[in-house]
Amino acid sequence: MLLQHAAAGAAHPLSGTAAEWLWLLPVLPLAGFVVNGLLSLVPAYHAGPADPSATHGGDHAEGMHADQHPEDEHAEAGHPPILHRFASIASIVGPLVLALSFALAVSIFVAMLGAGEIHTPFIQRYFSWMPAGELNIEWAYQLDQLSIVMVLIITGVGTLIHVFSIGYMREDPGYPRYFAYLNLFVSFMLVLVLGASYPVMFIGWEGVGLCSYLLIGFWFSAKANADAGKKAFIVNRIGDFGFLVAIFLMYANLGALDFAGVAERSAQLAAGGTLVTAICLFLFLGCTGKSAQIPLYTWLPDAMAGPTPVSALIHAATMVTAGVYLVARSSFLFSLAPVASLTVALVGAVTALFAATIGLKQWDIKKVLAYSTVSQLGYMFIAVGVGAYVAGVFHLATHAFFKALLFLGSGSVIYVMHKAYHHTHRHDDAQDMRNMGGLRRHMPVTFVLMWVATLAIAGIPVFAGFFSKDEILGAAFARAHESTLADASLLGIPGSIVLYAVYAMGLIAALLTAIYMTRMMLYTFHGDNRTGEAERSQMSEAPWVMTGPLIVLAVLSAFGGWLNLPEFFTDVLPLGKTASLDHWLEPVVGEATLRITHGSAAHLSANTEYVLVGLAVAAAASGILIAFTMLKPAAQGTKEQAEVRGTDTGIERVLANKYYVDEAYDAAVVNPIVQVSRKLLWRGVDVGLIDGLFVNGSAWVARGLGLAGSWVQSGQVGTYAWAIVVGVLAVLGAFTFG
Amino acid sequence: MINEALFFSAVLFTIGVVGVLTRRNAIIIFMCVELMLNAVNLTFVAFSKLYGAAGQIFVIFVMTVAAAEAAVGLAIIISIFRHRETVNLENINLLKG
Repeated sequence: MLLQHAAAGAAHPLSGTAAEWLWLLPVLPLAGFVVNGLLSLVPAYHAGPADPSATHGGDHAEGMHADQHPEDEHAEAGHPPILHRFASIASIVGPLVLALSFALAVSIFVAMLGAGEIHTPFIQRYFSWMPAGELNIEWAYQLDQLSIVMVLIITGVGTLIHVFSIGYMREDPGYPRYFAYLNLFVSFMLVLVLGASYPVMFIGWEGVGLCSYLLIGFWFSAKANADAGKKAFIVNRIGDFGFLVAIFLMYANLGALDFAGVAERSAQLAAGGTLVTAICLFLFLGCTGKSAQIPLYTWLPDAMAGPTPVSALIHAATMVTAGVYLVARSSFLFSLAPVASLTVALVGAVTALFAATIGLKQWDIKKVLAYSTVSQLGYMFIAVGVGAYVAGVFHLATHAFFKALLFLGSGSVIYVMHKAYHHTHRHDDAQDMRNMGGLRRHMPVTFVLMWVATLAIAGIPVFAGFFSKDEILGAAFARAHESTLADASLLGIPGSIVLYAVYAMGLIAALLTAIYMTRMMLYTFHGDNRTGEAERSQMSEAPWVMTGPLIVLAVLSAFGGWLNLPEFFTDVLPLGKTASLDHWLEPVVGEATLRITHGSAAHLSANTEYVLVGLAVAAAASGILIAFTMLKPAAQGTKEQAEVRGTDTGIERVLANKYYVDEAYDAAVVNPIVQVSRKLLWRGVDVGLIDGLFVNGSAWVARGLGLAGSWVQSGQVGTYAWAIVVGVLAVLGAFTFG
Repeated sequence: MINEALFFSAVLFTIGVVGVLTRRNAIIIFMCVELMLNAVNLTFVAFSKLYGAAGQIFVIFVMTVAAAEAAVGLAIIISIFRHRETVNLENINLLKG
């Protein structure tokens, strides 16, 4: 692995420090994948011939699988939970490699802090990956301020989620397989954020997509789960197509694919030109797939079919934020393309609002969080769209904290609900909030931690989400006032109007966020419990291996805002450094940000800023109050009352059915493709043309020629002689007269 | 002189061909084939007058092969007759496809 040229980083302040061990970051989880993958090849247990569950096979998800359909559980009812033979090894290896990776990331971060001002990225070249004529792609990693932030989030939150998984997944027969996939995911995710060029990043991009597919369909024996995995994979391919086209455009027009080269040569591009706009829009198409934005968001809610820690790690904290990272990483391109940036911001805002409205009427606790994730990702795209790249990364970080906490907390809830139902052999849905209620008495720790996360995501002051969300909304408002985006126009609408609309949508989405999150808390933890007496006796706090990571995440959710405190806050309460993240990321995205803001660090006046903050806080607080006043009686009702309220009319019904987008996509895209495939490609091309004409047709032709040939073979020597004579005469005639 | 010889051999050959084409008796067809061979031999001899002795040597070869062929051919015909009591080719079509 140590093939890097000495010349590459010789003069760099980071050479010779812990940063030289950069290559080890993705290799550690990869080693974990290899170990756990080998362990997973051993079947979970040896069942005797008399064991009734023997027919299920070793790979069938038995034991603890909270998310699976209840009807699959008959077999093991009454059996003790089935541990994988090597569960204890997997429990050590899986989280350990992540912890080591995190420790390495921290030491690299410390080395970066110690190296003083770093203006150029630290690029490590390992080997020539694709030498093909003029195209020479090197397998190189790039360490800079942006990638280390991502690495710290991925390995840090990843470690916590791995630890949580020990409790959540331990009784699953596929336990080592689960950790193998999770380790592989982290490895690819680190390649994604460390890659020094678009193709290397694309490998990580595809790799995390693969792991996402594998983990969504982890309990693949239920068809719904396998279908959800396929949906995620296929929808992501559409986005990846855009990413690839962008890479091709860059190579064809700029002749470089590494970030440094593209950034350098992008100076040749005309600002606002067609080419750079096309590249950025195609890159953004890739983002809409990976980061679940309109129109490609539909896979993410379905991805909740996977185990809950997977939803926390992949579908909330890390993978889905890859699109935000991509835009921030490509800030040198997006800042040259105001139209593309406006599109990003507008799509983000519409997604934030749209997904938040759907989240209002979902009953599955994980679906609420899934739409919340889509909505929050929309916020991040507002940020990177309006050129507030730091704000986007800031919200990415805080969102990773509080959304991971929310998902893991819901995982604890599902775990406890499932255990209770399992004990009483009931087959109710452990994820349906209508079955929950009153859990605060049984799970007080989780209850408190979930409220911390809820306040953080709602944007209540001093919690992490308040600072990041406020910075995004403030940036959108400021850019509407004065920026290259405001001067540009999108489809004939002036950019400033678009940006004011983006701000307004963001504000309404903040209100809705507070409402749906409070609603989720009310239905889950408040009121009376809606299970039965027998179930209630079984409910208690989840084990410490699950609650421990929640506490760490809650601390981060509460104080994550200290990463980037705004000036108006430190003016009032000087409790920390102002805008640390801004300063930290300045060498990476500072130039691009300045380009969008006309070269000035455009700040809003203090009064405007206070008004904006006041509006955001008012939206969050009123959202919580609205939810409390409107939903409290319903949430406290019995199970029957809650179910009656589930039959909605009018707009509520539309929301509960997610605007019928899935149905519309089915009708407009999926069904036509299926019908064309079935009628034209299968019945027509495959059965008709290939089987009929080519395969059977050639057989018929051969048979026909054979029949004709056998008719010539009459066996009459006289006839043959005539044929010979006629032939000889023909040849002679040809020679004589030809 | 050569013209007469060639003309004569052409006539002989044509008689042989017509015989092969029109007759059904295997023995007669066989004889007609011999006639054609000898017509060719005559042509060889005639041309040897112009182009040297190679033609005459070739005739020896042809006669040798013809003798061998006659021996094999007649044996086959006799064998067929023993089996089917006929040498009429219209009744012998074992090679029909």
